Amino acid sequence: MSVTTLSSPIMAHRQPNWLVRLFDYKPFLIVMCLAPALGLLGVFLTYPLGLGIWLAFTDTTIGRKGIFVGFENFQYLLTDPLWWNAVFYSVVYTGIATFGKFALGFWLALLLNNHFPFKSLLRAIILLPWIVPTVLSALAFWWIYDPQFSIISYLLVDVLHWRTSNVDFLGSPWPARFSLIAANIWRGIPFVAISLLAGLQTISPSLYEAAMLDGASAWQRFRYITFPMMMPILAIVMTFSIIFTFTDFQLVYAITRGGPGNSTHLLATLAFQRGIAGGELGEGAAIAVSMIPFLVFATLFSYFGLARRKWQQGESND
Amino acid sequence: MTDTVAQPSVADAKAAPDTMAWDSGLRRLMMIYLPLGCFVLILLFPFYWMAITSFKPNAELMNYKEHNPFWITSPTLAHIKHLLFNTAYPHWLWTTMLVAIGSTTLSLIASTLAAYAIERLRFRGSPYVGLGIYLAYLVPPSILFIPLATVVVQFGLFDSPMALILVYPTFLVPFCTWLLIGYFKSIPYELEECALVDGATRLQILRRITLPLAVPGLISAGIFSFTLSWNEFIYALAFIQSGANKTVPVAILTELVTGDVYQWGALMAGSLLGSLPVAIFYSLFVDYYVSSLTGAVKE
Repeated sequence: MSVTTLSSPIMAHRQPNWLVRLFDYKPFLIVMCLAPALGLLGVFLTYPLGLGIWLAFTDTTIGRKGIFVGFENFQYLLTDPLWWNAVFYSVVYTGIATFGKFALGFWLALLLNNHFPFKSLLRAIILLPWIVPTVLSALAFWWIYDPQFSIISYLLVDVLHWRTSNVDFLGSPWPARFSLIAANIWRGIPFVAISLLAGLQTISPSLYEAAMLDGASAWQRFRYITFPMMMPILAIVMTFSIIFTFTDFQLVYAITRGGPGNSTHLLATLAFQRGIAGGELGEGAAIAVSMIPFLVFATLFSYFGLARRKWQQGESND
Repeated sequence: MTDTVAQPSVADAKAAPDTMAWDSGLRRLMMIYLPLGCFVLILLFPFYWMAITSFKPNAELMNYKEHNPFWITSPTLAHIKHLLFNTAYPHWLWTTMLVAIGSTTLSLIASTLAAYAIERLRFRGSPYVGLGIYLAYLVPPSILFIPLATVVVQFGLFDSPMALILVYPTFLVPFCTWLLIGYFKSIPYELEECALVDGATRLQILRRITLPLAVPGLISAGIFSFTLSWNEFIYALAFIQSGANKTVPVAILTELVTGDVYQWGALMAGSLLGSLPVAIFYSLFVDYYVSSLTGAVKE
């Protein structure tokens, strides 16, 4: 349709001036088209990334340009129990939350892959936790975890009579850690479920029919068809999930701010506390940079660990 | 809309038991509807709790013995009134809206041009530029916010919403570019060739052929960017200091959480009002949203 409206008379009668010709010159056009995106990313992403690594090797504070101090920041971090604590909790947080998200999200995706009425409405509702600002839903969790007026405590104590005292969600280290992980899983399930559902819908039903003719049980169909076919998409979604769970900030900052007694600091919240709130930009940058090896390792592990199996199976299996 | 969608799936569900032997009624109830019900209940409960708290008078809020906490006996608008008239909440909403719209527009322009150059102008090395932009998506804001804070200060943009408008594209552009490359791929190249033969310039082709055909992709990228920038937290927390310039998520956490006694009613009302714009926006464009989310993952 658009082609017919662009009929040749309009074009032929216009005398192309030099500006039009310049913009039709392909190399110039390519540069002009890429300039805004690459400019923005260069100035506000690549440059800060390099600057961050440089800052990690200096003793910069807010308002004072630092000097190069070599590995001093990192040496200090290695002796800092708070940093080790943050590394420990970041790994635990990422590990348990990722496992929870994927187990529950995969289950939800399998459930949603069935036929039932109001499916698209349900799918829309399920994404809600993911689109609402994290901090705002985190506030709701903070209120749900309130020591005195927690609705969960009310349910357990006054309705079900399973406990005699209120649950102390955020007052001591381990309960606080698991409360945060639960909130993170809650937020992550929709994304995992909807992404995996898209993957499930690409699996051809004929594979299941063939398997059923061969007498495969429901578990066998899942283990030998669904799971291998989902590997590539699982690898990608898991890579994203691990990266953004490990570097999570909002949830912890909103609910506990690293407390009680610094037990729930993630590396990102510790970096914020030292770097921005405390003004020690160099040390904060070093904490942020110390996340990079973990991220690279996690990415390689999840990507190659899961994606390689797809390569080994090759195309002949499809 | 849902009814029309629901009709065929009901028919399918009736046809299904013939093909699947295990799909008997009770089993189906236990294996599908019960777990699904639990999922929906748990996923939605915090929103219900948020909504009901924001309309509860303080007396009910703090007294579970005499009032059933799951329901309101005398709903009140006091918390919302307090929020709108005693705090800078309308101003925060306005700032957030401004930042979200500004950064979305900027990212859409930048990523449309970039995606067009990468997918349609095809130059040597264009796949590598595409890959580079994709990798930029994997750099989390938590690593960048400290050096970015110094960059923002250098540019004299500290404490200004303009800083956020310029910084948000760092995570919006990679996503949008990737999404739009996918959309441009689906537009037949022959259409552009015809126009080229007819003597159209490349910019005319982009404006009159490619862009009108990529409108669904632009809408997806736009709403996605809008929600992502509405929800952004760490940059807004680090770069904005004065109370008036804060965005809603940051302002609620730093300005409304005061003292030892938390105003839960006002906090939840603020969260509810801050979530509503994205929720409404989302409900209008659910299909675009789901397709962009899943499309970006599949690419």
